Amino acid sequence: MAAYIKGAAVISPQKTFGDQGFPEEIVGYHQVSNLKCIEPVYRDFIDPMVARRMSRIVKMGVCSALQCMRDTGISMPDAIIAGTGLGCLEDTEKFLASVYTNDEKLLNPTPFIQSTHNTLAGAIALAVKCHNYNATYTHRGFSFEGALTDAFLHLEENPQLNILAGSFDELTTHSYQITSRLGLWKNHPVNSLELMHDRSRGSLPGEGVAFFMLSGKNSPTDLALLKSVETFYKPGNYKAIEQRIDHFLAGQGLKPVDIDLVITGINGDTTRDQVYHQLMDRMLKGRPFTCFKNLCGEYDTSSSFALWLAAMILKTQRIPEAIQPGDPIPGEINRILIYNHLRGNNHVLYLIERC
Amino acid sequence: MPQRVYVTGIGIISAIGFGVKEVIDSLKGMRTGVGRLTLIDSVHRGELPVAEIRASDKELLSMAKPEIRGYFTRTALLGLVAARQAVIHADIDLNSPWRTGLISGTTVGGMDRSEVFYKTFLRDKTKGRIRDVAGHDCGDCTEKIADCLGISDFVSTINTACSSSANSIMLGARLIRHGKLDRVVAGGMDALTLFTLNGFNSLMILDHQQCKPFDENRNGLNLGEGSGFLVLESEEVVRREGKTALCELKGYGNACDAYHQTASSPEGFGASQSMMKALELAQLSPEDIGYINTHGTGTKNNDLSEGVALESIFKGAVPPCSSTKSYTGHTLGAAGAIEAVLSVVALQNGWIYPNLNFSAQMHELRFAPVTEFRTGAAVNHIMSNSFGFGGNNSSLIFSRY
Repeated sequence: MAAYIKGAAVISPQKTFGDQGFPEEIVGYHQVSNLKCIEPVYRDFIDPMVARRMSRIVKMGVCSALQCMRDTGISMPDAIIAGTGLGCLEDTEKFLASVYTNDEKLLNPTPFIQSTHNTLAGAIALAVKCHNYNATYTHRGFSFEGALTDAFLHLEENPQLNILAGSFDELTTHSYQITSRLGLWKNHPVNSLELMHDRSRGSLPGEGVAFFMLSGKNSPTDLALLKSVETFYKPGNYKAIEQRIDHFLAGQGLKPVDIDLVITGINGDTTRDQVYHQLMDRMLKGRPFTCFKNLCGEYDTSSSFALWLAAMILKTQRIPEAIQPGDPIPGEINRILIYNHLRGNNHVLYLIERC
Repeated sequence: MPQRVYVTGIGIISAIGFGVKEVIDSLKGMRTGVGRLTLIDSVHRGELPVAEIRASDKELLSMAKPEIRGYFTRTALLGLVAARQAVIHADIDLNSPWRTGLISGTTVGGMDRSEVFYKTFLRDKTKGRIRDVAGHDCGDCTEKIADCLGISDFVSTINTACSSSANSIMLGARLIRHGKLDRVVAGGMDALTLFTLNGFNSLMILDHQQCKPFDENRNGLNLGEGSGFLVLESEEVVRREGKTALCELKGYGNACDAYHQTASSPEGFGASQSMMKALELAQLSPEDIGYINTHGTGTKNNDLSEGVALESIFKGAVPPCSSTKSYTGHTLGAAGAIEAVLSVVALQNGWIYPNLNFSAQMHELRFAPVTEFRTGAAVNHIMSNSFGFGGNNSSLIFSRY
């Protein structure tokens, strides 16, 4: 089963929102905690009275979903499925702080209501009065893939359906402070665009929202074809990763040589990036490869940004300067493999083809 | 032909018992698990009753016996206890070549520890034990359980608020039906936290007495904690291994109320839709359903909305129904799975559970919940409802086979 990507709307630290192509200008960031989304003009999408009660991530999510529906002309999706690693953090923190500062008394329930992970998928359904299937996945580096797995099951049942599937994760001041103490990020300023060359421990935290309209039925305006998505959990060693990739490609009747471009999850953390370099030196040797986290940062659902990027590259046959592979691609780009992992535990593979 | 999906094992930990046997005893004895809050340091102690599991984190740890090192949140321990029971009950060999997945549902994951961290962190950003927050995310408990049980083919976690684990069971069934997996350990867990206690209290939907689902004078819900897990296996696994299944998972439906962020629509539109979808998939008529384990939280809003939906689907002939939340409290992300376990047990034994604390008929409804423990009931199909914030409604149908 494969899914045609009918449209995509992405809000990220790059100017990705609003037009259906690559932004002319790529934005570089120089402070570790600065890869925050460039926010859209909310009033173009949400009644200001309604928006006032929503947190930043819910507003961005609703805008992204509505833009995706506008772009594709699909006003009533057959399912709304979201993935998020950490849910609505800002409101979770806000409510928890109020519990302690107000000694559990006279608390404002709004941040509690909007703290649940399914707030966004519910808010999108509410915005368009969609009574169809609705779910939210939240499993670290498999969160967006959970949503896609679910979407694929729907399309197997009925290829005619239009599924709105997306992801959202936000970076907050507190989450940055806490994850810094877990040792996840660089402890020195880095030019984000040069992230892949900074050979030290840690990455740059990022955030983003992405929604895709998926269908089993093709149309002339489709961005790309998502052929397959696979997750694998805690592979024992490097060999096991090669085997999974080999198996994944073989399942599509492909060999590494059939891949025109590999988009890797290289995030600048030397310990975590080793596996990507090993793969590019061995199994995928000679295949042009690039990265994406220098544009959006590291977060649980960053693979959704990579999927958007892959679809855009296939559609426009253009690769932005900031992520040009070392070796130029000789011909057309017809097939892209995405390989990403989160902290060595959650590994994901995507195969995307030109329509 | 899609694979049929069978339930071959169940596990439960709840305020009314550790394991199926203890839970059955409490149900028969009409003993609720709702009582005084003791484990969390809250100003609401003594004022808000809860359905607490009478075991400290340390006691749970010795009960759960994790195979791996690492720091376990209470949520992860609850999940591990129930999931292990289910795996043992189903007598599954995880070294066999069957593709096995673990899917769980939870609403606040490791909040039981991260809220402790946050209290210290709020005062000083360099303070707070970092290990307390490392398991905050919802995926943590699923991965801990998967690592202990040795499940790695597929892991996923769902958070659709109070219908989370009904949806995890539903996803498990769909993956088996489509031949993606042969076997899924599916369920959910949630621990009581200061966060949820104060959250529901701020919404003013917590009853200061024992909750009274479907009662005219109901006054809100009682929060609970716990975990339930089912082992789902394909008909091929059951046939090839010569297993006796407990029952079949025949239908499921998911719909969105899309009415309000927290409140249910007065006509219960989303609830009707999820029940209808489940009936349709199971190819059953409403009159085939012998018992409904309702969502029945005890709030004014839910019970009216669900009640109206039941009357519209079952056309004035609502089958025997009850809310077991009057025993277990509302266990949020675990509720769907705990009630699925209870539904499987009811189906196997021909039982219908009482709805405790009911005395006054709701004037808007014509049906009343069952108030006594019934045995020998001719029940072939049981429906279990789970509805959540955000309008996330799901219904499951378990059938004798």
